[in-house]
Parts: sequence; structure tokens; C-alpha cells
Amino acid sequence: MELEILIEQFQNKDAKAFESLYEMYNESIFGVINTIVKNDDIAAEVLQDVFIKAWNKSDAYTAKKGRFFTWLLNIARNAAIDKVRSKSFKNAQQNQDIDFFVHSIESNDNLEQKINAIGIKKYIGKLAEKCKQLIDLIYFKGFTQKETAETLEIPLGTVKTRNRNCISELRKALEV
Amino acid sequence: MDSKEYIASGILELYVAGALSEQENEQVHAMMQQYPEVKQEVLSIEAAIVGLTAATDHRKTTIPFSSIQEKLQLSENDTKETPVIPIKPKPSLFSYVGWAAAIVFAAGLVFTMMLKNDVESQIEIVRAEREALKEQIYQANSDLTAANELLNVLRTKDIISVPLGGQAVSPDSYAKVYWDKSANNVYLDLQGLPVPPPGKVYQVWSLKLDPLTPTSLGVIEDFTTDTDKVFDLQNVNESEAFGITLEPAGGSESPTMEQLYTLGVVASNP
Repeated sequence: MELEILIEQFQNKDAKAFESLYEMYNESIFGVINTIVKNDDIAAEVLQDVFIKAWNKSDAYTAKKGRFFTWLLNIARNAAIDKVRSKSFKNAQQNQDIDFFVHSIESNDNLEQKINAIGIKKYIGKLAEKCKQLIDLIYFKGFTQKETAETLEIPLGTVKTRNRNCISELRKALEV
Repeated sequence: MDSKEYIASGILELYVAGALSEQENEQVHAMMQQYPEVKQEVLSIEAAIVGLTAATDHRKTTIPFSSIQEKLQLSENDTKETPVIPIKPKPSLFSYVGWAAAIVFAAGLVFTMMLKNDVESQIEIVRAEREALKEQIYQANSDLTAANELLNVLRTKDIISVPLGGQAVSPDSYAKVYWDKSANNVYLDLQGLPVPPPGKVYQVWSLKLDPLTPTSLGVIEDFTTDTDKVFDLQNVNESEAFGITLEPAGGSESPTMEQLYTLGVVASNP
């Protein structure tokens, strides 16, 4: 309930509510952006753009269309993909060794400060290859169910059930 | 669909990812309003995904909110935008016409949007139908290939056709044997035989007539599941007649003559 009120205040241009939402989601959004742009500085730049865009376009969000977090995710993926396609990016691009969200988590030295760090590293450690692909496409790359099915050459329904199994393991690890 | 099945379907995980269509999103939203357990599930999934994605953030320090605030030039107390006082122009006939035009335009726009949504869902349906039809065509094509292969065999010059007539135990039964002597093969068309009772199978025999010596050619195991009722067996014998008997599952050493369903003699001069 509290989240809904926050979002409403945010849409009414309440800076405090905006800050709370930023604190809640900025790490996640940064992580998703960085999985796409693979460059900390550029990801930081895109992150700011994403939250500024969310503030300016807050009217465009309605709960009917989906979760607020999902809305932010969409803005972030689109902004990151736009960035990757832009000319300036191609010049600045560095080849960092994070092809995958998996590597980002496994090589994350700052994770220990976060809650559930051990659980999540353990989860990633024994995550099946099938789950890695699915999670990468669905949550980080923003593929639709259909696109995912076509890319992995599995039936539409399998995307749903297999993904649920992958995420239920994650929930056990995070105890949510 | 009840809420338990709905949760188990995995749709909510895709909902949080933003991987669903607009209609599906609205459907999930409605389910969340209706069932608290669906809503709770979405919140848990979201918490998991927020946790997972946040774990990929490896920065030592995050960008402080103040830097975004600076960019937006928001002050701490900035809670609402200053209301703009509207200037009311004198209404003129011209402005009424303008409004009327705008309303007509807007109505047209709404209508077009509705039409578009309708067409989009029709396209989805047509697409699904097309997939189903493709599958049917594929099926029909492979059936046709099988039928053509069979027809080619039956048309071979040297094939010997032997009609088998119904016998005392089942006068209405009939069958056909097509014997390809050069390939040592017989094709059996068993369309005219009744479905064997449970625990029983048809056994096919090659017969020598003088003296009467039966040789088993084999047992038809999959009679009930076979759709065209055409079977093929090896036959290396100098057969003079063919017979089909009903035998216990697995077949018998020698034919049970009381259960002879059909019998036919090979024409003496092929």
C-alpha cells in the first residue's frame, strides 16, 4: 500500500517521494543498464537520464499498464539500447569483461555489504544454463515472451513455466 | 482459472519483467485487484527481481539523489508545481467552431484507435489459425506421401493380389494380400476385419495345400492403433494360400482353425 502512495506523490511532483523511489530502485536500474552498456561511466550517465525522464513523464505511468518498477525497467532498457546504438558510444566503448549479469554478480566485490549477498551468490553459482539464458533475455534484455520463445526455440508455454521455476529458486535464496 | 493455477502458470514472473502484451498486463492487474494472493505473489516476485538486478550493481558508491535533483533544479520543498493562472479569452464563434472541430477530431481518433485494437486482435487470431492450418497441411502431406508410396507398391507389375474371404467364424470378414515375390514382402489390407477382442491378436499364415502346412508370417500387434489398417510382413515361402486366424496375444505355434477369419488361395498361374 505504501508503495502506491509513494508513486502517487511522485506523480504529483513530490521530490521526497521521488527520492524514496530512487533509493529503492537505482541499484537495480544501474545493474540492468550496465548489463547492456557494459561501462560504468556511461551507465551512470544513462541512469540519471532514466530517472529524469521518469520524473518528467511521470503522468504516463498508470498501474493498469504494469508495475512501477517494470515501467522504470522499460525506460532503462530503451535508454541503454539507444545509447549502445549511438555514435558516441561506439567511440567510448571499452571491452569490459561482463558479457552477462551472471559475471557481474559473481565478480561483485561490493555485494557483501548488501542484504542476502550470500544467498544470491549461492543461487547464481548453481543456476542452470537454461535459467541464465532465460533470465538474461527476460529481465535484462527485455525480450517479450514471444521473442524469448523464438530466440531459444522453445514453445511459448515453456518460457512461462521454465522461467517460473528459475525465479522460484531465486526467491528461496532471497527468502521472498 | 482459479488464482492458484494462475499463479502457477508463470504469467506473473513475466508480468514483472514487462514481457507481456498490453492486454495481458491489464488482465494481470485485474487479477491482482480481485485476489490478494495474486497481488502478494507479484510483490514477492518483484522483490526477488529487484534483489537480483541490484546484485549486478558493483559500484562502491551510488550516485547521490542530490545530483539528479540538481539537474532537475528541484528544491527540498518543491512538492507541487506553481499553478498557472489561466487567461480566459472572450469566447467567439470562431473558438466554438474550433472546439467542435477538435471534438470531432478526437472522436475520430478514438474510433480509429478502437478499430486498430480490434484489427490487431484479429491479426493475432488469424496468425494462430494460420499456424494450425500449417500443421494440418504438414500432416496431410505426410499422409499423402504414405498413401502414394503404398499405391506405387500395389501398382508394381509383378505383385500378386490374393483376396481372402470370410470363413465360418466371421462370414462378413475379408482381407487382401498383395505379395511382392521378388522382394519377399506381403502387404495386408485388413480393413475388412473386426477389431480383435482384448488379449487377442490376428496372426497371418502362409499355407502349402498338399499336404496342408501352415507357416506363421507374423502377428499384427498394432491393429487397433493403425489408422489405415495396412501392414507389411516378410514372406520367403512358396505360398499357395494365405489365412488369418485370431490367436491369444503373442501368437501361436500353429493356427487355431476354429478361429480362422479369412482364407484365400493364390491363383495357380500368376
